[in-house]
Amino acid sequence: MAAIPWGVMAILLPLAGAMACFLSPRRASPLGLITALGVVACAAGLGWQVAEQGAQRYAIGGWGAPLGIDLYADGLSLLMLMVTAVVGLGISVYSSGYFNREKAVNFWPLWMFLWSALNALFLSADIFNLYVTLELLGLAAVALVALAGGADALTGAMRYLLVSLLGSLAYLLGVALLYHSFGCLDIALLAERMEPSPAVMAAMGLMSAGLLLKTALFPLHFWLPPAHASAPAPVSALLSALVVKASFYILLRLWLDVFPVTAAGLGQLLGLLGAAAVLWGGLQALRQTRLKMLIAYSTVAQLGYLFLAFPLGSNVAWQGALYLLLSHALAKAAMFMAAGNILCFGGHDRIADLDRVAQRLPLSLAAFGLAGVSIMGLPPSGGFIAKWLLLEAAMRSGQWWWVIILILGGLLAAAYVFKVIGYAFTQAVMTHEARAVPATMEWAALVLALVAILLGLVAPWPLALMEIGLPFGGEAAG
Amino acid sequence: MNWDGWLPLLIVLSSLSVGLVIFFLPEERVATRTTLNLTGAVLKLVLVGVIIWGVVHRHHYETRLPLLPGLDLVLRADAESVLFVTLSSGLWLVTTVYAIGYLEGSPHRSRFFGFFSLCVAATVGVALAGNLITFLLFYELLTLATYPLIVHRGTDAAHQAGRAYLTYTIAGGALLLVGTVWLYGIAGSLEFSYRGFVAELADGHRAALIAIFALLIAGLAVKAALVPFHSWLPQAMVAPAPVSALLHAVAVVKAGAFGIVRVVYDVYGIEFAAGLGVTLPLATVAAVTIIYGSMRALFQDDLKRRLAFSTVSQVSYIVLGIALTGPIATIGGLVHLVHQGVMKITLFFCAGNLAETLGIHKVSEMNGVGRRMPWTMAAFTIGAFGMIGAPPLAGFISKWYLGLGALDAGQGWVIFILAGSSLLNAGYFLPILYAAWFKAPPDTWPAERSFGRRETAWALLAPPVVTALLTLALGLLASAPFSPLQWARSITTLEYAP
Repeated sequence: MAAIPWGVMAILLPLAGAMACFLSPRRASPLGLITALGVVACAAGLGWQVAEQGAQRYAIGGWGAPLGIDLYADGLSLLMLMVTAVVGLGISVYSSGYFNREKAVNFWPLWMFLWSALNALFLSADIFNLYVTLELLGLAAVALVALAGGADALTGAMRYLLVSLLGSLAYLLGVALLYHSFGCLDIALLAERMEPSPAVMAAMGLMSAGLLLKTALFPLHFWLPPAHASAPAPVSALLSALVVKASFYILLRLWLDVFPVTAAGLGQLLGLLGAAAVLWGGLQALRQTRLKMLIAYSTVAQLGYLFLAFPLGSNVAWQGALYLLLSHALAKAAMFMAAGNILCFGGHDRIADLDRVAQRLPLSLAAFGLAGVSIMGLPPSGGFIAKWLLLEAAMRSGQWWWVIILILGGLLAAAYVFKVIGYAFTQAVMTHEARAVPATMEWAALVLALVAILLGLVAPWPLALMEIGLPFGGEAAG
Repeated sequence: MNWDGWLPLLIVLSSLSVGLVIFFLPEERVATRTTLNLTGAVLKLVLVGVIIWGVVHRHHYETRLPLLPGLDLVLRADAESVLFVTLSSGLWLVTTVYAIGYLEGSPHRSRFFGFFSLCVAATVGVALAGNLITFLLFYELLTLATYPLIVHRGTDAAHQAGRAYLTYTIAGGALLLVGTVWLYGIAGSLEFSYRGFVAELADGHRAALIAIFALLIAGLAVKAALVPFHSWLPQAMVAPAPVSALLHAVAVVKAGAFGIVRVVYDVYGIEFAAGLGVTLPLATVAAVTIIYGSMRALFQDDLKRRLAFSTVSQVSYIVLGIALTGPIATIGGLVHLVHQGVMKITLFFCAGNLAETLGIHKVSEMNGVGRRMPWTMAAFTIGAFGMIGAPPLAGFISKWYLGLGALDAGQGWVIFILAGSSLLNAGYFLPILYAAWFKAPPDTWPAERSFGRRETAWALLAPPVVTALLTLALGLLASAPFSPLQWARSITTLEYAP
């Protein structure tokens, strides 16, 4: 058991799944589901391995860094991989009911390919490999956005493509600068050889800017709501839950390992932008009249929280941000799926006319509500644990102004979530019989939302996993 | 196997699991749902009985599960939690019976009873919480579980009330959260203990502690409906009567008041809090609320609205008793936690009966109703006299101890508040009683339903009669062992240094 390279399997398996789905389009859906289960098993295997033996490093083909390609799995990458597996399984189950045969043929290979790219990204140990996986991820994501067809989706996809390419390009320039300065790409080696210089500063600026654009941090968020809202529901779910987190993950890795964290000013700047995102995203979400746009703006706000950890910089703050990332991934996927069910059932997602639909889909509405609890950060939920950790870090560091942002963001989230929930309680009578939603789609949303709630009760376990390999530097458990 | 470590959790789960199962029951499975509801309620009461027995025999009941590094989810049975948990589980059984009768034949009952059970699970969690973060967790859960009950009817008025409720309680919850995190940052612990933990761990931060006290109390005052955070409560009376009972007596305002008890006694410690100079402002706010609530109640024609303003006033008796720094006032405040619940639930049951049976919603429609519904109005009369504070009813005991306690603490002004409030109580209850018993009934009632020879359905009549008798018993048997008064006395000996 110990010898099996679970991490490598987690990359190759979805890639093989993508091939299989492509070659046998009539059986794409069952093949995809089987692959999804396999990937979950790989993530579990890797989890067991890392928990037992500590951080893992694989040299692909026996060639270690700096010549060959290394894969590296510590607590941070493991958790990203695991949450991707759980959300990915949910999305796969949901999609098996969502797409008709014609769309499914295109969806499954792309989704499997995207999953493979994501897993590879989380396991990459060098900055060039990160670039490659980021680019693959972006291309797969753009293709998936375009899947819905129609003018809206194509415009959204085109804008997304340009942003994605621009972001990757800026990142690649930074990689080139670093390679030129230090002659290596491996993160661990870079960390050893790193010394401040103008080239390093330029690289840091370029890479951060590119990644911020891809993470849709305010004011670079303009592309996200149209792209996420116009995509088919499972694609919206995977974009909001997973894809934007990938570029944040790279930023986090660079920030923690590669660049000397002397740029306190930059940390404060990121925090300020994050705060603006929390408030702006929340206000915009409140103003939307379409459900999917509301959820998309909520993503803008929630991504803002992640950046509040940068000015705080303590172990507790990183843990909080990462916990938010995990619970947001689950909750937001559940929310988009629930919205997809409502759209599927009622044929529209105008919030003001939701009442007739909401009563017919109690499970989807429950999923939306439970996910909403986590998004608002009310207990018991993963979102609450995350908010508590961030609040604690802010209080401890004496930077109390972030407390105000965290609280205001929570209140805004409560306002926009309840704006939707309120429509479930009406006296309206159903006027027309619409098509029913498959039970798998309702349950997939509900189960993911429940996991987001559950994260609020099992926090010590993921928090302990996070510490494996000390990704945040510092001593264990702050 | 040792059950002592799991009993508190089982009490919470006994209604949580019932609630979750009920959500998935089809609407027409009335018998199954009723059985489940009653089984859960009775089971919970039995478990609470076991805990009372155990606490008296010095058993230690504590469930401790890790929540965060350094912070646990703690459910513990101590003297205060037993008082509150007994009140809410006892009244819950009665309210469940009432709700089953009240909602007969109405739509969305599975949803209603599901959230109803969650609500009580959250309240019991609030009661048993052994530290501030566990308290916070269940306190917020209570907010979430109550909202669907308030908007249950789906009318515009219900939505408006629901929005007001959420605006107040979520903002209050946020204040409580900030206060809790801040306190944790300073003291490094949130564990409730007799006579407080703050004095020991954070004596050096007096200014911060005063600010934290203000945050915590403001967060709790929203649910306890202290002025100026009270206006959601009268609005929420649009909800069905069992929900009003839950809001006013079993769960929500009580959770707020109980939270204030916890913060003053078990976080700060009454003597340390008095030393910080924070108890007198709290007592002043309570006094203002008592008078303000009664004044407003005087001018309400809508019966439930009048009762709601009466609650605003009466719950502040509890807060007043807590904030007056003296053991006798403490007894008065704690015992009123129970007494107010029993009396107010009686009044709301009766108001619900009038609305369901005769379509009466306004005080001005109540002329001669005592002849049509003698049992209901007899219960109402007992509840109303209890509220006024007439001996030998439960309310008299509370006011007696509050008055004595105020004198004992050297706060003579409180006597005037109590006397003024009693006059006002009489001013808004006696006209109702007069109209109901002595005025001539109208020819037709607004919307009468016939129940044969009985005045109304059994399930609607029995609960107010039982709680009215309880009001009488709590007053007459106040000195009996295990009475709330005796229990409050023993809590007081634990909270004041010998």
